Amino acid sequence: MNITVRVFASYADALGADRTTVTVPDPATVGAVRAAIAALSPRLPPRPIIAVNEEYATDDVAIAPGDEVAVIPPVAGG
Amino acid sequence: MNRSGVVANPIDVGAIVDEVRDAHTGAVATFLGTVRDSSNARVVTGLEYSAYTGMATREMEAIVREATAIAPGVRIVALHRVGNLAVGDVCVMIAAGHAHRGPAFDACRYVIEEIKKRVPIWKRERYADGSAEWVNACAPQDGASALPQDTHT
Repeated sequence: MNITVRVFASYADALGADRTTVTVPDPATVGAVRAAIAALSPRLPPRPIIAVNEEYATDDVAIAPGDEVAVIPPVAGG
Repeated sequence: MNRSGVVANPIDVGAIVDEVRDAHTGAVATFLGTVRDSSNARVVTGLEYSAYTGMATREMEAIVREATAIAPGVRIVALHRVGNLAVGDVCVMIAAGHAHRGPAFDACRYVIEEIKKRVPIWKRERYADGSAEWVNACAPQDGASALPQDTHT
Protein backbone atom coordinates (compact mmCIF):
# COMPACT_ATOMS: atom_id res chain seq x y z
CA MET A 1 0.00 0.00 0.00
CA ASN A 2 1.35 3.45 -0.94
CA ILE A 3 0.93 6.07 1.75
CA THR A 4 1.51 9.78 1.32
CA VAL A 5 3.03 11.32 4.43
CA ARG A 6 3.11 15.02 5.30
CA VAL A 7 6.51 16.23 6.48
CA PHE A 8 7.33 19.38 8.45
CA ALA A 9 10.12 21.67 9.58
CA SER A 10 13.56 20.06 10.01
CA TYR A 11 12.35 16.75 8.59
CA ALA A 12 11.08 18.52 5.46
CA ASP A 13 14.52 20.05 5.07
CA ALA A 14 16.10 16.62 5.51
CA LEU A 15 13.89 15.07 2.83
CA GLY A 16 13.78 18.12 0.58
CA ALA A 17 9.99 18.00 0.40
CA ASP A 18 6.91 18.57 2.54
CA ARG A 19 5.29 15.32 1.36
CA THR A 20 6.70 11.91 0.65
CA THR A 21 5.29 8.53 -0.29
CA VAL A 22 6.23 5.24 1.33
CA THR A 23 5.21 1.71 0.42
CA VAL A 24 4.28 -0.65 3.25
CA PRO A 25 2.64 -4.09 3.39
CA ASP A 26 -1.14 -4.41 3.67
CA PRO A 27 -2.70 -3.93 6.14
CA ALA A 28 -0.74 -0.74 6.77
CA THR A 29 0.19 0.19 10.32
CA VAL A 30 1.84 3.19 11.92
CA GLY A 31 4.78 0.99 12.90
CA ALA A 32 5.49 0.07 9.30
CA VAL A 33 5.18 3.67 8.13
CA ARG A 34 7.47 4.82 10.95
CA ALA A 35 10.18 2.38 9.89
CA ALA A 36 9.81 3.29 6.23
CA ILE A 37 10.08 7.01 6.99
CA ALA A 38 13.15 6.52 9.17
CA ALA A 39 14.85 4.66 6.32
CA LEU A 40 14.49 7.62 3.97
CA SER A 41 17.28 9.70 5.46
CA PRO A 42 20.08 9.34 8.02
CA ARG A 43 19.02 12.80 9.22
CA LEU A 44 15.75 11.37 10.57
CA PRO A 45 15.58 9.58 13.94
CA PRO A 46 15.08 5.79 14.01
CA ARG A 47 11.58 6.15 15.49
CA PRO A 48 10.02 9.41 14.35
CA ILE A 49 6.65 10.36 15.83
CA ILE A 50 3.68 9.73 13.57
CA ALA A 51 0.24 11.32 13.57
CA VAL A 52 -2.82 9.87 11.85
CA ASN A 53 -5.77 12.16 11.14
CA GLU A 54 -4.17 14.87 13.28
CA GLU A 55 -3.68 12.69 16.38
CA TYR A 56 -0.48 11.15 17.74
CA ALA A 57 -0.53 7.45 16.92
CA THR A 58 1.16 4.34 18.28
CA ASP A 59 2.71 1.54 16.20
CA ASP A 60 -0.37 -0.69 16.30
CA VAL A 61 -2.74 1.87 14.78
CA ALA A 62 -4.07 0.79 11.37
CA ILE A 63 -3.94 3.17 8.43
CA ALA A 64 -6.83 3.17 5.98
CA PRO A 65 -6.94 4.70 2.50
CA GLY A 66 -7.69 8.40 2.80
CA ASP A 67 -6.21 8.78 6.28
CA GLU A 68 -3.96 11.80 6.70
CA VAL A 69 -0.55 10.63 7.88
CA ALA A 70 2.18 12.98 9.10
CA VAL A 71 5.61 12.70 10.65
CA ILE A 72 6.12 15.10 13.55
CA PRO A 73 9.55 16.52 14.44
CA PRO A 74 10.25 17.46 18.07
CA VAL A 75 7.94 20.36 18.78
CA ALA A 76 9.24 23.81 19.66
CA GLY A 77 6.25 26.06 20.33
CA GLY A 78 6.18 28.73 23.00
CA MET B 1 -16.23 31.45 25.41
CA ASN B 2 -12.84 29.76 25.17
CA ARG B 3 -10.73 30.29 22.05
CA SER B 4 -7.45 28.81 20.86
CA GLY B 5 -5.37 28.23 17.77
CA VAL B 6 -2.51 29.40 15.59
CA VAL B 7 -2.66 32.88 14.12
CA ALA B 8 -0.74 34.70 11.40
CA ASN B 9 -1.41 38.24 12.61
CA PRO B 10 0.04 40.05 15.64
CA ILE B 11 -1.56 39.23 18.99
CA ASP B 12 -3.52 42.11 20.53
CA VAL B 13 -2.65 41.56 24.18
CA GLY B 14 -5.08 44.08 25.64
CA ALA B 15 -8.01 42.82 23.60
CA ILE B 16 -7.38 39.24 24.70
CA VAL B 17 -7.21 40.19 28.36
CA ASP B 18 -10.60 41.84 27.95
CA GLU B 19 -11.92 38.74 26.20
CA VAL B 20 -11.51 36.54 29.30
CA ARG B 21 -13.01 38.90 31.85
CA ASP B 22 -16.46 40.13 32.78
CA ALA B 23 -18.29 41.23 35.92
CA HIS B 24 -17.80 37.79 37.53
CA THR B 25 -14.03 37.79 36.99
CA GLY B 26 -11.78 38.54 39.95
CA ALA B 27 -8.47 37.47 38.43
CA VAL B 28 -6.83 37.27 35.03
CA ALA B 29 -3.56 35.34 34.72
CA THR B 30 -1.63 35.91 31.51
CA PHE B 31 1.46 34.41 29.96
CA LEU B 32 3.30 36.03 27.07
CA GLY B 33 6.08 34.33 25.19
CA THR B 34 8.28 36.92 23.47
CA VAL B 35 11.10 36.65 20.98
CA ARG B 36 14.48 36.93 22.71
CA ASP B 37 17.59 38.37 21.11
CA SER B 38 19.89 35.50 22.06
CA SER B 39 20.00 31.71 22.11
CA ASN B 40 22.91 29.64 23.40
CA ALA B 41 25.18 32.69 23.22
CA ARG B 42 24.25 33.40 19.59
CA VAL B 43 22.68 36.70 18.54
CA VAL B 44 19.12 36.06 17.32
CA THR B 45 17.62 38.54 14.88
CA GLY B 46 14.24 36.86 14.48
CA LEU B 47 12.23 33.64 14.47
CA GLU B 48 10.12 31.77 12.01
CA TYR B 49 7.34 29.62 13.43
CA SER B 50 5.56 27.02 11.34
CA ALA B 51 2.77 24.65 12.33
CA TYR B 52 0.83 21.61 11.28
CA THR B 53 -2.16 23.89 11.47
CA GLY B 54 -5.01 21.40 11.69
CA MET B 55 -3.37 19.23 14.30
CA ALA B 56 -2.03 22.22 16.25
CA THR B 57 -5.54 23.62 16.46
CA ARG B 58 -6.94 20.31 17.67
CA GLU B 59 -4.21 19.88 20.28
CA MET B 60 -4.65 23.41 21.57
CA GLU B 61 -8.41 22.90 21.83
CA ALA B 62 -7.81 19.66 23.76
CA ILE B 63 -5.38 21.40 26.11
CA VAL B 64 -7.87 24.18 26.82
CA ARG B 65 -10.56 21.59 27.55
CA GLU B 66 -8.20 19.85 29.98
CA ALA B 67 -7.45 23.16 31.67
CA THR B 68 -11.14 23.86 32.17
CA ALA B 69 -11.41 20.48 33.89
CA ILE B 70 -8.52 21.42 36.18
CA ALA B 71 -9.97 24.86 36.87
CA PRO B 72 -13.77 24.74 36.46
CA GLY B 73 -15.24 28.08 35.59
CA VAL B 74 -12.09 29.42 33.96
CA ARG B 75 -12.28 31.29 30.65
CA ILE B 76 -9.25 30.83 28.40
CA VAL B 77 -7.81 32.30 25.24
CA ALA B 78 -4.63 30.62 23.94
CA LEU B 79 -3.03 31.81 20.70
CA HIS B 80 0.28 31.00 19.03
CA ARG B 81 1.78 32.99 16.16
CA VAL B 82 3.13 31.47 12.98
CA GLY B 83 5.28 33.17 10.36
CA ASN B 84 8.22 35.52 10.72
CA LEU B 85 8.61 37.32 14.05
CA ALA B 86 11.06 39.98 15.14
CA VAL B 87 12.83 40.35 18.47
CA GLY B 88 10.31 41.55 21.04
CA ASP B 89 7.24 40.23 19.24
CA VAL B 90 4.69 38.20 21.19
CA CYS B 91 4.84 34.61 19.89
CA VAL B 92 2.34 33.03 22.28
CA MET B 93 -0.29 34.36 24.66
CA ILE B 94 -2.39 32.59 27.27
CA ALA B 95 -5.04 34.47 29.20
CA ALA B 96 -7.09 32.77 31.91
CA GLY B 97 -9.89 34.58 33.69
CA HIS B 98 -11.61 33.26 36.82
CA ALA B 99 -13.38 34.49 39.91
CA HIS B 100 -10.20 33.73 41.91
CA ARG B 101 -6.47 33.85 41.22
CA GLY B 102 -5.60 30.24 42.10
CA PRO B 103 -7.54 28.58 39.29
CA ALA B 104 -6.55 31.38 36.90
CA PHE B 105 -2.84 30.77 37.54
CA ASP B 106 -3.27 26.98 37.43
CA ALA B 107 -5.05 27.05 34.08
CA CYS B 108 -2.62 29.51 32.52
CA ARG B 109 0.41 27.48 33.60
CA TYR B 110 -1.12 24.20 32.44
CA VAL B 111 -1.91 25.54 28.98
CA ILE B 112 1.54 26.95 28.23
CA GLU B 113 3.37 23.90 29.57
CA GLU B 114 1.24 21.53 27.50
CA ILE B 115 1.59 23.68 24.38
CA LYS B 116 5.35 23.38 24.69
CA LYS B 117 5.14 19.59 25.09
CA ARG B 118 2.55 18.58 22.52
CA VAL B 119 1.46 21.13 19.96
CA PRO B 120 3.05 20.58 16.51
CA ILE B 121 4.67 23.98 16.09
CA TRP B 122 8.30 24.46 15.06
CA LYS B 123 10.72 27.30 15.42
CA ARG B 124 13.61 28.34 13.23
CA GLU B 125 16.01 30.87 14.68
CA ARG B 126 17.70 33.40 12.42
CA TYR B 127 21.10 34.59 13.55
CA ALA B 128 23.07 37.77 13.07
CA ASP B 129 25.57 35.94 10.87
CA GLY B 130 22.81 35.18 8.35
CA SER B 131 22.40 31.50 9.18
CA ALA B 132 19.23 29.84 10.50
CA GLU B 133 18.52 26.63 12.39
CA TRP B 134 15.48 24.67 13.53
CA VAL B 135 15.28 24.51 17.31
CA ASN B 136 14.56 21.02 18.62
CA ALA B 137 12.97 21.78 21.93
CA CYS B 138 10.69 19.01 23.04
CA ALA B 139 9.66 15.53 21.94
CA PRO B 140 5.95 15.11 22.74
CA GLN B 141 5.38 12.52 25.46
CA ASP B 142 3.08 12.89 28.44
CA GLY B 143 -0.45 14.01 27.84
CA ALA B 144 -0.45 13.32 24.14
CA SER B 145 -2.68 10.30 23.86
CA ALA B 146 -0.69 7.05 23.99
CA LEU B 147 2.30 8.68 22.45
CA PRO B 148 5.26 6.61 21.29
CA GLN B 149 8.76 7.48 22.41
CA ASP B 150 10.95 9.49 20.08
CA THR B 151 14.60 8.63 20.37
CA HIS B 152 15.66 11.81 18.63
CA THR B 153 16.14 13.98 21.71
